[in-house]
Amino acid sequence: KRLELDPRLAAYQGIWVFVEMERGRVHPVSWELLGEGRKLADILGVELAAVVLGGSEEAVEAASAEAFTYGADLAHVVADPVLTEYRNEPYTKAMTDLVNRHQPEILLLGATTLGRDLAGSVATTLQTGLTADCTELAIDPDNRGLLATRPTFGGSLLCTIQTLNYRPQMATVRPRVMAMPEADPVRVGRIVREAFDLSEESIIAKVLEFIPDEAQEQAQLAYADIIVAGGRGLGKAENFQLIWDLAAVLGAEVGGSRPVTHAGWISADRQVGQSGKTVRPKLYIAAGISGAIQHRVGMEASDVIIAINNDPNAPIFEFATYGLVGDALRILPALTEAFRSRLAVNRLAS
Amino acid sequence: MHIVVCIKQVPDSAQIRVHPVTNTIMRQGVPAIINPFDLFALEEALRLKDRMGGRVTVLTMGPPQAEDALRKAVSFGVDDTILLTDRAFAGADTLATSYALAQTIRKIGEEHPVDLVFTGKQTIDGDTAQVGPGIAKRLGLQLLTYVSGIDAVDLQNREITVRRRAEGGVQVIRTRLPALITMLEGTNQIRYASMDDMFRAARFEVRKWNKDMAGIEDVGKIGLKGSPTVVSKVFAPKPKAVKAQIIGSGLDSQGMAAALVDTLFAQHPRLGKELQHASH
Ligand SMILES: Cc1cc2nc3c(=O)[nH]c(=O)nc-3n(C[C@H](O)[C@H](O)[C@H](O)COP(=O)(O)OP(=O)(O)OC[C@H]3O[C@@H](n4cnc5c(N)ncnc54)[C@H](O)[C@@H]3O)c2cc1C
Ligand SMILES: Cc1cc2nc3c(=O)[nH]c(=O)nc-3n(C[C@H](O)[C@H](O)[C@H](O)COP(=O)(O)OP(=O)(O)OC[C@H]3O[C@@H](n4cnc5c(N)ncnc54)[C@H](O)[C@@H]3O)c2cc1C
Repeated sequence: KRLELDPRLAAYQGIWVFVEMERGRVHPVSWELLGEGRKLADILGVELAAVVLGGSEEAVEAASAEAFTYGADLAHVVADPVLTEYRNEPYTKAMTDLVNRHQPEILLLGATTLGRDLAGSVATTLQTGLTADCTELAIDPDNRGLLATRPTFGGSLLCTIQTLNYRPQMATVRPRVMAMPEADPVRVGRIVREAFDLSEESIIAKVLEFIPDEAQEQAQLAYADIIVAGGRGLGKAENFQLIWDLAAVLGAEVGGSRPVTHAGWISADRQVGQSGKTVRPKLYIAAGISGAIQHRVGMEASDVIIAINNDPNAPIFEFATYGLVGDALRILPALTEAFRSRLAVNRLAS
Repeated sequence: MHIVVCIKQVPDSAQIRVHPVTNTIMRQGVPAIINPFDLFALEEALRLKDRMGGRVTVLTMGPPQAEDALRKAVSFGVDDTILLTDRAFAGADTLATSYALAQTIRKIGEEHPVDLVFTGKQTIDGDTAQVGPGIAKRLGLQLLTYVSGIDAVDLQNREITVRRRAEGGVQVIRTRLPALITMLEGTNQIRYASMDDMFRAARFEVRKWNKDMAGIEDVGKIGLKGSPTVVSKVFAPKPKAVKAQIIGSGLDSQGMAAALVDTLFAQHPRLGKELQHASH
């Protein structure tokens, strides 16, 4: 079954990870991808490169230095004021130019709004395959090709997709799906400065304004360490206060299942699951949530999951760490009190 | 102004079940619906038409049954519909899909020049969000993804200003027409189709195009042949070996809560420290 690669394709070598930087801040999904990319590069015996596009020398150098600590051997960098804010046109041009110049075999991007916008444009421009929202990346021992696995039909099945006769093989991965690698602070790499020639006058799209989420109280669920989430089992909107109360005591973010965001009990940006956020907190408390597959795929990577449900056969008990079988409307206030007093006692003791 | 809206007919995935033994999708009896995300695109296009005049053409690529999705779109008030249907399109991935749709939009533009193309944010079956960017690149349209609102369309100066969801905020962006917009969900609500509209839809002449009518000559770019990605395996996720440890069964709520907090701090000392830290 071993496949001999066309020499034109075999010329493509090395693994690239797009380091997503906006306004000088790198999206952590980039480090998660470098962690995965490192494993793939070691299997293939090739180099792992970060691609860093940004508006200034300082910004791309800082991001590259950090990329090295997460496993990159080198960084291809473009620093140009036209890349300060994300716009499709200059980013697509920068990325496709680099790929054509250096010919990597695999190119990974985060499945963020930015990453999806860019990945779809780059893959079409390069006329190659792109696998979306992968949950697992591996190498086919037969042909050294990428095996990109992604959920289908809302997570009830998985499928493995290959890009056999096209290069680079492209894939996106959602934030929090892969574990954050340990940074090695002394690890270094080489910076390759890349030429890029695109004037601001030639770019049609202009960013008139950026309104940051902090100004709009958007929830920051994806990277929260502790999440308390409620589902339809809470019965009505007012009962969601019990979730907020527990979250306040724990310093947690508040999330929910799709029915409760659809009903407007909480805002849409707090939805956890396949069509909401993927989360990976250290502690996830789910009250009145059945554990449907579309919810499960968004939170099952949490370190510890506590499920509160009055149905002992609820699917969530199949994968939670701890289960409390009973009425969430009674257990939640009891839990809030129990945590409050325990945390207070510990604080006194220390 | 001429707006083309791309919609996809999808199985109502809320009702899809997986066969427990064969791991195949049981489609029988599952109703087909317009991809829910596409309704936001359709409504936004209709609102622009209400405001500024012009026409709305709805396009779908799919099997002959996809005509139902177009009829449904007619009931909301669109002017023209095209069903792109041909066996040669079967097995298309997003690269081949965007090629077929882009060629068709080019052809539609020969009848009436196109100012704006709308797609949904993503579908609920393929779920890739790649077709919109693909069409835009192929047609050289300005790409505006995750749009939550359209601030202004200036036909005189051929400019459009939108708000789009970016990472960590909202971008207000101005660019040139023609453009392609992928519409964010929850931004509007599809209008109500009146009895008259439904009658009109039932009688409506849906135009059906095959690949030749869409101006597609190179069959190497469509269907399975034109698709770089290949699905090599479909399988069920491994069930988790360990089920939840049930805490405090038989106790009242206070007892359960106390038992849980004890277990948590005893079994997960690092998490305990995190909680201590986060709680103020
Ligand atoms: C395409 C698609 C995408 C989807 N995406 C998502 C997604 O991103 N996120 C998501 O969450 N869902 C998603 N869903 C919906 C998903 O299939 C489920 O319908 C949903 O997760 C169920 O939400 P729930 O658990 O809150 O409600 P239910 O399934 O109704 O469960 C309520 C639970 O509460 C329990 N309960 C009732 N009363 C009490 C009580 N007093 N105390 C304790 N427990 C009680 C019940 O036993 C039950 O288990 C999606 C569906 C589709 C088709
Ligand atoms: C389980 C599964 C996994 C898949 N994974 C991949 C993958 O990783 N990579 C890949 O390249 N292909 C993949 N495919 C193939 C892909 O789903 C098809 O190419 C599909 O025709 C279009 O992609 P989408 O459904 O993801 O659309 P999206 O890109 O999510 O759709 C965005 C918008 O484009 C418009 N649109 C999409 N399809 C049509 C259409 N037929 N007619 C009119 N408008 C349309 C709609 O407005 C829609 O809202 C997968 C298919 C399945 C069933």
